[in-house]
Amino acid sequence: MTGRVLMEAKGVDIRFGGVVAAHEINIQIHEGHNLAIIGPNGAGKTTFLNICTGYLKPHSGQIFFDGADVTKLQPRHLVRKGVARAFQIPQLFTEHTVLENLLIAAAAQSRRWAPFVPMQRIPERDMMVELLGMVKCSHIADRPVSELPEGQRKLIDIAIALALKPKLLFMDEPTSGVASSEKFEVLDIIANALTEAKVTAVFVEHDIGIVERFADEVAVWNRGEVTFHGTPGDILSHPDVIRDVIGEEV
Amino acid sequence: MSLRTFLPAVLVALVAVLPMMAPTTQVLLTLALAKGLPVLGVIVLLHAGQVSFGHALFFGVSAYAAAFLARVYGGGELISMVAVGVLAAVAVGLVVGIFVVRYRHIFFGMLNLAFSMIFFSVLEKFYYLTGGSDGLPVPRPTVAGFDMERAGFETVLFYLTLALCLVAAWATHRFLCSPIGNMMRTIKTNELRLEYLGVSARGVLLVGYLISAVLCGIGGALMAVAQGVVTPEYVWWVRSGEFVFIAILGGSGSVSGAFVGALIYEAVRTYASAFANDIWKMVLGVVLLGVILYAPAGVAGLYAQVMDRCRTRPANKTVDEDQ
Ligand SMILES: Nc1ncnc2c1ncn2[C@@H]1O[C@H](COP(=O)(O)OP(=O)(O)OP(=O)(O)O)[C@@H](O)[C@H]1O
Ligand SMILES: [Mg+2]
Repeated sequence: MTGRVLMEAKGVDIRFGGVVAAHEINIQIHEGHNLAIIGPNGAGKTTFLNICTGYLKPHSGQIFFDGADVTKLQPRHLVRKGVARAFQIPQLFTEHTVLENLLIAAAAQSRRWAPFVPMQRIPERDMMVELLGMVKCSHIADRPVSELPEGQRKLIDIAIALALKPKLLFMDEPTSGVASSEKFEVLDIIANALTEAKVTAVFVEHDIGIVERFADEVAVWNRGEVTFHGTPGDILSHPDVIRDVIGEEV
Repeated sequence: MSLRTFLPAVLVALVAVLPMMAPTTQVLLTLALAKGLPVLGVIVLLHAGQVSFGHALFFGVSAYAAAFLARVYGGGELISMVAVGVLAAVAVGLVVGIFVVRYRHIFFGMLNLAFSMIFFSVLEKFYYLTGGSDGLPVPRPTVAGFDMERAGFETVLFYLTLALCLVAAWATHRFLCSPIGNMMRTIKTNELRLEYLGVSARGVLLVGYLISAVLCGIGGALMAVAQGVVTPEYVWWVRSGEFVFIAILGGSGSVSGAFVGALIYEAVRTYASAFANDIWKMVLGVVLLGVILYAPAGVAGLYAQVMDRCRTRPANKTVDEDQ
């Protein structure tokens, strides 16, 4: 596969009691190649995201980002290096509005603490208004996020991650909670925003149609191991994958 | 000027002129305002979802620092006493803060309490330095080099306190609306997301903690000067609880709640105790119960609610008339 290696996991292991959530994981994430992670429930997909973003420390193995060992870094250090994340369950600031959520992210990204300047007046505001337009959420800018339906909360969660101007973005089931009739539309919005911002994405997804359409590579997770990794054409037609993963999804 | 800001402005003006009309209220108002400052400090941390049961520590550290300064120089200067008090509060706030910002909720509250109790026992035990439970006298300081008569000094102290309260309220309000103030407020709602924005939640909380220490520091030094004596009672846990009590009474949602709460609290305490010795505690207990049950946003929150209703009601009326 071509493209510079952005992130790499080498021999990553983690266990929770008796549960092996990651075992000998070796995988490279290439710049400009969107990677979809598929696999049954409890396979360790979210755990992998937690390890790659510094939230969990592997019991053995290493994580490299841009060639540097980042295994021991905290999430905030990785964010500063350009690794952002959207969550399976949206993680928002529930006492703030949609726009305020993005403003906080933008202020964090540009290290603008400005202790005596109202947040609504920071120069990054225009950019955030534009970003809201990009994800088609301008009409809810002033709504408290706590009032939004799940699908919109997921979009805002992703927009927050995009506000950080990452090089690499992890998304955990970006279309869960979105009505199936709108899934493609929502992912189109996200994919356009990603292309525009030149962000490489790694996303966990259960919907094979979405994977076919938006992924350049697919990795299959099963019981904490990467069982297959390749192009969507090869992987999604593989009989074992169809039996173990796709069959289960249908 | 809108109705919403009109009434608070009238209240400030009223407080400013009251001592001219009723001189006996001047000392009472000075003490109430000085107490409002640490309450404001407690409110800052409440915005981060954290309750400190030990903020009298910084109040007391500042008061004792001012008293020591006055003693070392054989009588002090008001401005430098407040400045040194604040510096001492910030220094202690930094040391204690670095430790307590690692904890949340009940642990945060109790650790603050523990630190304040340690300081309390130090004050009691090292009596040759601190005067023990008798405390230290704080002689009337000079003001910008001028030696003043008692009456004149009390007037100056009152207006200085009022001015510092206004500046503190304004600055704190600006802080809470600022990017870093909003980040601090997210510690209450989603600390995980804050970390995933590349921000250290502990660092942000420490900033808020230091601001609250500054506010306690200003209040403590002013109180020491106003009362003319500092005692370990300044750091006693009841004092810390009182700050939290007043914050909830006045309303932690806005900076005005601190001072509204402190004024109500001191007024009830002074005038209710005139009727019967301990009745003020009962009155305040009942008032707090009422606030928690019926106005959880405090007196200031109640005012904001009434204002919201006044604004929407005329609009509804025109809709009715149209129909
Ligand atoms: N912090 C934790 N402590 C204990 N066990 C955990 C922890 N995180 C994950 N696990 C366990 O590890 C396994 C993998 O969980 P993980 O959340 O990574 O699965 P997943 O592939 O994301 O599943 P899903 O599709 O349901 O989101 C599960 O058995 C889970 O119970
Ligand atoms: Mg998961």
